[in-house]
Amino acid sequence: MSCYLTTGKHMGFYWSFLTVLSLLAITAPLSLSFGFGGAVAARSRIAPLAWFGKGYIAIVRGVPDIAFFLFFVIALDQGIEYLRHQVLCPDWPDAIRQGNDFLVCPEAKMPLGNAPQWLHETYGFFLAVFTFAIVFGAFAANVLFGAMRAVPKAQLETAEAYGMTRRQTFWRIIVPQMWVYALPGLGNLWMVLIKATPLLFLLGVEDVVYWARELGGTKTPRFTDYPHGDWRMWYFLVLLIFYLAFTRVSEIVLDRLMRRLTRGQATAAGEAQRKAAA
Amino acid sequence: MKYLATAAVAALLTATTAMADGHSVVRMGTEGAYAPWNFLNDAGEVDGFERELGDELCARAELTCEWVTNEWDSIIPNLVSGNYDTIIAGMSITDERDEVIDFTQAYTPADPSSYLALSADTEVEGGVIAAQTGTIQAAFIAEQGWTVVEFATPEETIAAVRNGEADAVLADKSFLLGAMDGSDELVMLEREESIGGGVGMGVRESDADLKAAFDAAITSMKEDGSLNALIVKWEVASTFE
Repeated sequence: MSCYLTTGKHMGFYWSFLTVLSLLAITAPLSLSFGFGGAVAARSRIAPLAWFGKGYIAIVRGVPDIAFFLFFVIALDQGIEYLRHQVLCPDWPDAIRQGNDFLVCPEAKMPLGNAPQWLHETYGFFLAVFTFAIVFGAFAANVLFGAMRAVPKAQLETAEAYGMTRRQTFWRIIVPQMWVYALPGLGNLWMVLIKATPLLFLLGVEDVVYWARELGGTKTPRFTDYPHGDWRMWYFLVLLIFYLAFTRVSEIVLDRLMRRLTRGQATAAGEAQRKAAA
Repeated sequence: MKYLATAAVAALLTATTAMADGHSVVRMGTEGAYAPWNFLNDAGEVDGFERELGDELCARAELTCEWVTNEWDSIIPNLVSGNYDTIIAGMSITDERDEVIDFTQAYTPADPSSYLALSADTEVEGGVIAAQTGTIQAAFIAEQGWTVVEFATPEETIAAVRNGEADAVLADKSFLLGAMDGSDELVMLEREESIGGGVGMGVRESDADLKAAFDAAITSMKEDGSLNALIVKWEVASTFE
């Protein structure tokens, strides 16, 4: 049994949990910053910037995730290679599109054709991170845009009365206070993001779902030292427990965070906290 | 922030390693879920008939090869967009595929496909037949006008027969023999279908040099009998005359 659980394949399975966790660790802050940027742009008084912000939010939120994941990653990959091709091989004689083939010069391949496999996998992983960040950034932008508007008007008027500029009001009054309004929405996004990680599998990254399916599949004695029947159910059960435990822990952390952010806020919950303490 | 973005773009555009000439490494794309043709062994590496064949072909053509796995569904699109350089995944040579990619000469002869079902008297005509998406078998059943249920992986086609979702599964005989191994509920039907034109290696249409190199290597393996020996060893197909 312990031999079975430590085969090279199982090691791949365990590593893939780390892949999922690091995806979350990198994607969450990145999409939050995309969201912040999007919200600030959408609020901007400069019309083109506001159009850009609103367009980003509307388009990405409107396109089905799966379509976005299937199309965008290939487009991004080919776009990067196209740019590199223009810069690195300006005198390349052949067309880039030949029938069905997408052909850039060998120097422009990303990563290079002779790069080791781990580099290809890392590159694929970061394409995935970037795509996730764009998608979830749009939702986060919408949440933050609303949260910025939810900061009580009286606070802003007071700031103006003290002679703060628009910029000062934004950084000193709106940003510190908006989180309490944003957290429920952002918390939801975080939960959805956790559950969206199996989409990695669609992007060709060998994630937990890939390995669960591979390991659980029927194995006949001819090709393995550990033959077994269809065990996919058990492997997927492990994934179920993993995801349930993970979302539960997230809920607890989000609750604590909410309590911390509510402190001293001009909301009903903040008022209740103040009274309880008094 | 702006500098960071500029630096990132610059790095992206100039990132390069020492040598970058043509096919200094040939990336071999396979599925890794179709024993005995190609599968992942206990260590998680690509193994099987095509692994051994591919390594030998690369040695004869004096190429450095690296193995990559990819879902069957998207194995052709990823070849043409250049994520790897060959498909070596038990892919039968068909006119339809030949319009999109090129094939080397066949490295196994055209063999009939077989059915696996729960009982030997299963009637396949007009029945519900499982097959893997995008295979010659799926296309064949659709042409007959029978009901075909398609699955993304070979494993799922077998599971569909076991749990009664399909009456039978149509696939390469060698794969079905492997799947039957160690299970006594599945039986192979006597009926066989002659479809497909042998299995070859897929390359991009623009990659004539690579195709020629592998063609030559396959010919040399055919001539000295080592190809037939490999086919017999892995029991994947009939041998060449």
